[in-house]
Amino acid sequence: MSRLRNVLLPLLTGQVMLLLWWLASALGWFPVGTVPSPPEVAASLVEELRSSRLITHMIASLYRVSWGFCAGAVTGVGFGLLVSRSPVARAAVLPWINFFRSLSPIAWVPFAILWFGLGDPPAIFLIFMSTFFQLALSTIAAATTVPQVYYRVASEMGLPRREVLLGVTLPAIVPNLVLSLRVAAGVAWMVVVAAEMIARDSGLGFLVLDARSGLRMDLVVVAMVTIGAIGICLDLLFARVMMIQSVRWGVER
Amino acid sequence: MTAVLELADVSFGYPGVPVVEGLDLSVAAGELVVLVGPSGCGKSTLLGLLGGHIAPTSGAVRRRGQSRTIYQQGGLFPWLTVRQNIARGLPRTVDPASAARKISEWLEVTRLADFANAYPHQLSGGMRQRVELARALAAETDVLLLDEPFSALDYQTRARMRQELIATLASRPRTTVLVTHDIEEAVQLGDRVLVLADRPTKVRRVFELRMPRPRSPTTPGAAEAAHAIMEELGLTCSPIED
Repeated sequence: MSRLRNVLLPLLTGQVMLLLWWLASALGWFPVGTVPSPPEVAASLVEELRSSRLITHMIASLYRVSWGFCAGAVTGVGFGLLVSRSPVARAAVLPWINFFRSLSPIAWVPFAILWFGLGDPPAIFLIFMSTFFQLALSTIAAATTVPQVYYRVASEMGLPRREVLLGVTLPAIVPNLVLSLRVAAGVAWMVVVAAEMIARDSGLGFLVLDARSGLRMDLVVVAMVTIGAIGICLDLLFARVMMIQSVRWGVER
Repeated sequence: MTAVLELADVSFGYPGVPVVEGLDLSVAAGELVVLVGPSGCGKSTLLGLLGGHIAPTSGAVRRRGQSRTIYQQGGLFPWLTVRQNIARGLPRTVDPASAARKISEWLEVTRLADFANAYPHQLSGGMRQRVELARALAAETDVLLLDEPFSALDYQTRARMRQELIATLASRPRTTVLVTHDIEEAVQLGDRVLVLADRPTKVRRVFELRMPRPRSPTTPGAAEAAHAIMEELGLTCSPIED
């Protein structure tokens, strides 16, 4: 029943929004050339899919997000873990992590172009910057809430330092971390679209800008719909991860 | 008898706040010592000192061999199954074959074999404490420290857990220190019951209990001791004067 509601209701609201859009453009409420009509968008969606151009752009974007996000997640969580166990290290780096986290990744665009040129590397760099500081911060924050009793137990067991970090701190914060990863993935996906506006010839962000240059607003909407749809899929993916048994203990308690 | 655990003139405190002052305590091999006292009297601090988690500000703590502590709030790793929790607690030197044997033996002893692959959050409070017991005892350390291990359980489960602890320790003795505020528990389990005084913590009175275990709180000797302990703690009924 709830599954039906969670699938059918969103579809219904989508239909209503589509209907309103359709009506508005059919009745000529939008000034000419500002908003494409649903049939126009549908036609160019079919066209883009048939020519496999859309798929190519999608793959380009997902490729950049995957690399940037994974690199940022692994190093960000690793760095956060290392820092988290030492109050001195925490005090030394925490304000700076916050400093860099508040910098919009887009502010790094000039450096990204200067250091990495055009193509994939600057976009991957920007996504890395958006992911690393966010996850380092959430890792440190989560690690400070791990109950001391686990560390006492670990010390009685004589676990070596490395194993305490990877076998106690890390699993203890995983339920928290999955949530942070979910948010960070959403941000990374937003950033890639912006980052690709400096890309040479591929990516959904590039498609938006390129279509605009050709005044192909229907194509802009096709790109936007695709971006949104992939965003939802990424989020669903992380929602699935939260249901894994060894993660769930933190959710269900 | 040689002392396995010894505190010699041990003091501990925070600047301006003495918690423990000049305390002496000696626990013999295989002995079960119970510490009772008002809450906040530093019982848990004492266990921390005995377990080596807290360093004394002065005096000496001597412990022969390793210890394992069971905590009231539970120290099981919630991301590991019952079996994995017990395995993680075994010494590094145990080879995989005998580790597997030990684990299944303890799963049998604590009647958890059917729940070997369950996660702690899927178990009841009593079962979780049985896992704690299995994990702590499977490691075969010399010393077992218990910090109000059953106080989060309901009355019946608590009573049953006490019996299980007695039975388990009878067949596999350990030098044990139990901290509790439950006087029934103290007289049922202890070879010696130490009544502690408020901060700075000191031993107010020692009760030696020679009756064989298992005993019930109403066993002759235990009942009298319970009454004397309550008197010592000021918990006996006296008419309220107006």
